[in-house]
Amino acid sequence: MLMQRWTPRDVQALINGLRTEGVRVLGPRVGDAAILYDEIETLPIGYGDEQAPGHYRLTAREDQSRFGYNLGPSTWKQFLFPPEEAIFRVQDGEFISCREQPERMAFLGVRACELAAISIQDQVFMGDFTDPGYASRRENLLLIAVNCSQASGNCFCASTGDGPAVGVGADLILTELRPEDPYYLVEAQTEAGQSMISAVGGPAAAPGEIDARDEALAATRLQMQREFATEGIAEALYAALDHPHWDAVAERCLACGNCTQVCPTCFCSSTREQVNPVSLEVTHMRRWESCFTADHSYLSGGVVRPSVKSRYRQWLTHKLAGWEQQFGVSGCTGCGRCVSWCPVGIDLTEEVAEIRRSV
Amino acid sequence: MARSDRPRLAVFKFASCDGCQLSLLDCEDELLSIAERLDIVHFPEASRRMLTGPYDIALVEGSITTAHDRERLTEIREQSGFLVSIGACATAGGLQAMRNFADVSDYARTVYPHPEYLSTLETSTPIADYVAVDYELHGCPVDKYQLLEVVLAFASGRRPQIARESVCMECKARGNVCVLVAQGQHCLGPITQAGCGALCPAYSRGCYGCFGVKEQAQVGPLIDHLRAHHGMTLSQARRSLRAYNPAAEPLQIIALQCDKDDVSGSKKGSGGHDG
Repeated sequence: MLMQRWTPRDVQALINGLRTEGVRVLGPRVGDAAILYDEIETLPIGYGDEQAPGHYRLTAREDQSRFGYNLGPSTWKQFLFPPEEAIFRVQDGEFISCREQPERMAFLGVRACELAAISIQDQVFMGDFTDPGYASRRENLLLIAVNCSQASGNCFCASTGDGPAVGVGADLILTELRPEDPYYLVEAQTEAGQSMISAVGGPAAAPGEIDARDEALAATRLQMQREFATEGIAEALYAALDHPHWDAVAERCLACGNCTQVCPTCFCSSTREQVNPVSLEVTHMRRWESCFTADHSYLSGGVVRPSVKSRYRQWLTHKLAGWEQQFGVSGCTGCGRCVSWCPVGIDLTEEVAEIRRSV
Repeated sequence: MARSDRPRLAVFKFASCDGCQLSLLDCEDELLSIAERLDIVHFPEASRRMLTGPYDIALVEGSITTAHDRERLTEIREQSGFLVSIGACATAGGLQAMRNFADVSDYARTVYPHPEYLSTLETSTPIADYVAVDYELHGCPVDKYQLLEVVLAFASGRRPQIARESVCMECKARGNVCVLVAQGQHCLGPITQAGCGALCPAYSRGCYGCFGVKEQAQVGPLIDHLRAHHGMTLSQARRSLRAYNPAAEPLQIIALQCDKDDVSGSKKGSGGHDG
């Protein structure tokens, strides 16, 4: 495939060009002690991170890398499926849609596991039933992906088969090479991507540079410390619903919901009527929900999953087993966020291994 | 609505700082609308007009610390349709419940020149320990929007929509970076009920737990983890669990466990004692 070679200045030209066209460019920003996804004008330079179960530290790299960080707590889902969204309001007995005209967005720096997660949420929100808000935002979106040149301590996308090389679905794919003085290999997967390349220009990449990309990806794969056996996982989990290890996890799990809120595929939401105390206007609000709350499984008469054990088991078996039946794919893309951002460091890969070990 | 048709609202105070009932006055934009829909018949903090019961809705702030308060509370209960206790004092004893873990006469001697004039109970306890409570609203102080929601819900005969989930849920929705994971701070967010909008973590400070315990709070596992991995001492653990909501049972149990660990640590000479 034809590839261009860009300098950091070319990447900046891409950002500037998109912004001039009125596209909201969303990408990495250095926030409070972590890389966050937000509206950006430039890319942060020389940041990395250190991750382990329940542990994240933003670090300084001694190079000029723009994509030398791994995943932070932000996910792209916050822009496509916002944490809180007004659906409709009722005024004087009239139902009025709250849907806004979608803005054009570009996600810059989408990793392979994240691209896979977006494709999973596409199935959820635009599969058998279409969520109009999600669909309109999704249709006005450019995806600029980045191949990972390093893995964090919690990455396991090689095990799930979602990375580290970016798969299909991106408009443009960048690979950052030689971090001390970076340059970028750029390839388009769509027409929109091709026109972004044309707008910026740049020379064609040399064959040796393309080899360098493959070597970088191979090194990233080797760097991953976590392994996760996906074969036969649905059957194994369903066969282990009474496994004693669920009780052991429940002794550590806080049922706080963090894992679900940072998961790029978790899609649960709840709705409620918000009453304006002055005008008495009612707005139908949708917000992120989690299978770790009592309200999530509240049906008339009580909570179906009252114990922490039942909630953790629900989350894990849905994510890794039920999802396959529902959507034809696993709900896990190996990003490792649930491992990093669990306050007590519960590690999905280890829990699954434990549950599979003695069944 | 004619004043006589409106639900009658009363506000009462027990041992507390007044901060929760002030949250009602703090509803500046909404206050006139509330006053049009409810007849505020007893609210000494706001008006000299203080009518007698019965009341449709009673908001009760503060904890019970004297025998006299206990009697007064019983009368309020008899006069009230819905009784809603508001704030950490009314729902979980408040800061003043630190007496529950000490000798109150020691405190009295230290603070007052003539403690013999004091008549006080040994403990500071929640409203629900003495009378039936229809709803408990957490917070130190309560959040004014949650307070509005509860008042309007009871006034219109529906259930209040107050989430019982963790502060973490609000933290993530707000886009805060977890101060526990990214900075190793001692944060009580995972066991604390949402409602504050994750205020402290939004300013890079761990949650103090002022909104009380969430549903299914896993207090022990969080404290174990903070002690094992983030340098929390037994003394810090006890103090954080006995700060705002000391009478909340899940916090009490683990605080007592910390006391026991402390004693056994000192006996073994393992250096577990830290003050």
